[in-house]
Amino acid sequence: MAGRKTVELEVYLDLLSQPCRAIHIFLNCNKIPHKVKTVAIRKGENRTPEYTKLNPMQKVPVMVDNDFVLTESDAILKYLATKYDVPGNWYPRHPERRARVDEYTAWHHTNTRPHAAKVFLMEVLLPHMTGQPADPLKVERALADLSDTLEKLENMFLKRQPFLCGDDISLADLLAMCELMQPLGGGRDILKDRPKLLSWKSRVQSALGDSFDKAHTVLYSLRDRSKAKL
Amino acid sequence: MALEIYLDLFSQPCRSVYIFAKKNNISFDFMKVSLLEGEQYGEEFGKINMIRKAPAIRDGDFCLAESIAIMKYLAEKYQTSDHWYPADLQKRARVNEYLSWQHMGIRMHGSKMFWLRLLIPKIMGVEVPKDKMDGALEDLEGSLKLIEEKFIGDKPFIAGDQISLADLVAIVEIMQPVGSGLDVFEGRPKLSAWRDRVQAEIGKELFDEAHRGILASQEMVKNMDSSKMQVFKPKILRFFL
Repeated sequence: MAGRKTVELEVYLDLLSQPCRAIHIFLNCNKIPHKVKTVAIRKGENRTPEYTKLNPMQKVPVMVDNDFVLTESDAILKYLATKYDVPGNWYPRHPERRARVDEYTAWHHTNTRPHAAKVFLMEVLLPHMTGQPADPLKVERALADLSDTLEKLENMFLKRQPFLCGDDISLADLLAMCELMQPLGGGRDILKDRPKLLSWKSRVQSALGDSFDKAHTVLYSLRDRSKAKL
Repeated sequence: MALEIYLDLFSQPCRSVYIFAKKNNISFDFMKVSLLEGEQYGEEFGKINMIRKAPAIRDGDFCLAESIAIMKYLAEKYQTSDHWYPADLQKRARVNEYLSWQHMGIRMHGSKMFWLRLLIPKIMGVEVPKDKMDGALEDLEGSLKLIEEKFIGDKPFIAGDQISLADLVAIVEIMQPVGSGLDVFEGRPKLSAWRDRVQAEIGKELFDEAHRGILASQEMVKNMDSSKMQVFKPKILRFFL
């Protein structure tokens, strides 16, 4: 049939959101045809009646594949890795290697994600929303929790291997990296004094190519604005 | 060497793994871990599991933590019935969606309620301030509402017509505040009906067996030696108070 091929896969993303960036990178890196619909949370675009109908929880990311609506980046990435013909390292088929990725992605929810997000929340989001300066005690506590997580990443997951779940990049590294980039929005480089994590980061960036920087453009602008204020 | 599963049935994710393994007739050695006595911080346990959490498994040389990863691994290895973790891409995605959401969506709130109502008063010797308790209750109620309306909806189970890992993981978390004396099913007929279906699928005997400990919590905590639990004080101050 002649004519334009319709893109059936749509993703609703706000690139200031860490899990959204992970999906953006995954789709681009693997050249999966898709359409991005931007949702600017800071402008309340997630609270419109339309968006709420799509996702009553008013969160991003959301994936729509034909009529199939899916939330939760963890679930979305595993869906995409299974449905499309992507290299096997992302979400390995071998049960033990797959289990390692599942183990990290579970742990991620209560460790990497909340702890990195909280630093950004305390330093950037809350001050922006309230007009009050950041609470130094709360920032300190958030940084302590994050430091704890970074140590675990170094000593547990990255102890004897180049990537979080083995010899090659997987969904785990993608999700973790996007979370750990977030505090940069406030001008804070949390990895700068951690050589082990810095070398892991450069391996991850290398594997992702320019899809990494493309996804982080908005965050980099925010960082530049934050730095200009200091 | 037999499959070893390290469990403390006071922990919700331990219960889901226990129920899953028993229900599917997976033979294993039950390795008891007492989390409230800090056994997960010991040297032995560190060899099994660097993450130092329960549940954990040791399958030959392969060690694994995180209940969700464990159950998916066991489902694959023992080729359990498809409905637990469907091969169908969309059904599987629905299960994964719930399993992802629930970490912060309900687990955190249900656990917190258990700590606030039972463990903190015991360890700290004081009741939790009312505003903290009210806040936690509000969070829990919000989660239960989402589970009822968004995840279950008008389906018999979270992923559709049949029980899956999603329902199993959900029910054990929801039972945690129940163990602290809070009847979360009261006034929630939809949630109660879902619970009845889940219990029926699991089997009342197995369900009750797995929950015997947690449902006797109020009595058990009363009799615990709080001096052994002081190691949790810093965590309590940080997270809850």
